[in-house]
Amino acid sequence: MKAAVVTFPGSNREGDVATALRQAGATVTHVWHADTELPAGTDLVVLPGGFSYGDYLRCGAIAGRAHIMDATRAHAARGGYVLGICNGFQIACEAGLLPGVLARNANLKFVCKRQHLTVERADTAFTRAYAKGQVIDVCIAHGEGNYIADPETLARLEGEGLVAFRYADADGQVTAEANPNGSLNGIAGIYSPGFNVLGLMPHPENLIDSLTGGTDGRGMFESLISGKKAA
Amino acid sequence: MKARVTVTLKNGVLDPQGKAIEGALKSLGIDGVGSVRQGKVFDIEITAGDKAAAESALKDACEKLLANTVIENYRVEIGA
Repeated sequence: MKAAVVTFPGSNREGDVATALRQAGATVTHVWHADTELPAGTDLVVLPGGFSYGDYLRCGAIAGRAHIMDATRAHAARGGYVLGICNGFQIACEAGLLPGVLARNANLKFVCKRQHLTVERADTAFTRAYAKGQVIDVCIAHGEGNYIADPETLARLEGEGLVAFRYADADGQVTAEANPNGSLNGIAGIYSPGFNVLGLMPHPENLIDSLTGGTDGRGMFESLISGKKAA
Repeated sequence: MKARVTVTLKNGVLDPQGKAIEGALKSLGIDGVGSVRQGKVFDIEITAGDKAAAESALKDACEKLLANTVIENYRVEIGA
């Protein structure tokens, strides 16, 4: 598995996600936003978290129009994998890789905390090391994570099973209290119709080592790279 | 040529910033404030030769970058 991690001006999680990818056995290349091509043989493009362009205009808006995004859209159109985490999810939406918008959190607060998620399906390249309905404990850190889409888009996402993760409590109940940002239907992450693009607000790359809080995030990288259950 | 682009949230889209500003205005005791919606204004110096070219360039700018048309509307005004 050859992964290309894109760095935009203001990205700050590219190192952590590269560590998570390497731990799972991937070969990682760092790519600059102004590059026009992905490295030959790239299987997975990662849009990491951070604050690209200082969140100017709208989160992810300027990065979503970067040169490398043309190559990333072409990669996705060929069925290549794309993973957008946090700011990377915002960039993926702004770039048209995924539908909808990440708006300002409904309570206007930047939320930085541990958060439980439900894994909505375990038959995708990103989640096959998890179990369907599994509750995982990861981190969130964002001010604009309130997922909004028009009613037709939302109905399509739900109808086609494109919701990847939902905010939940420790028992896996998707409740208003467990929703940190006001996202419609508790949506924390979504897939493209081909299940080859995933965007999510939480940070699985934070939870890959018991030394630093837990290993529930490893499953995503293990899924992508070996398809085996995380240890 | 100068132009002004105004980007506003569509009706029905939650605007927590507007709500917070509305609350602050009310707490200042400013009478007559019903509700507040926050938007963005871009003042743009246009080098295009004529108004039609400017309108076309600005529409392109709005559709491609300045507005996210999933949740936002835009309005273009071209001055002298």
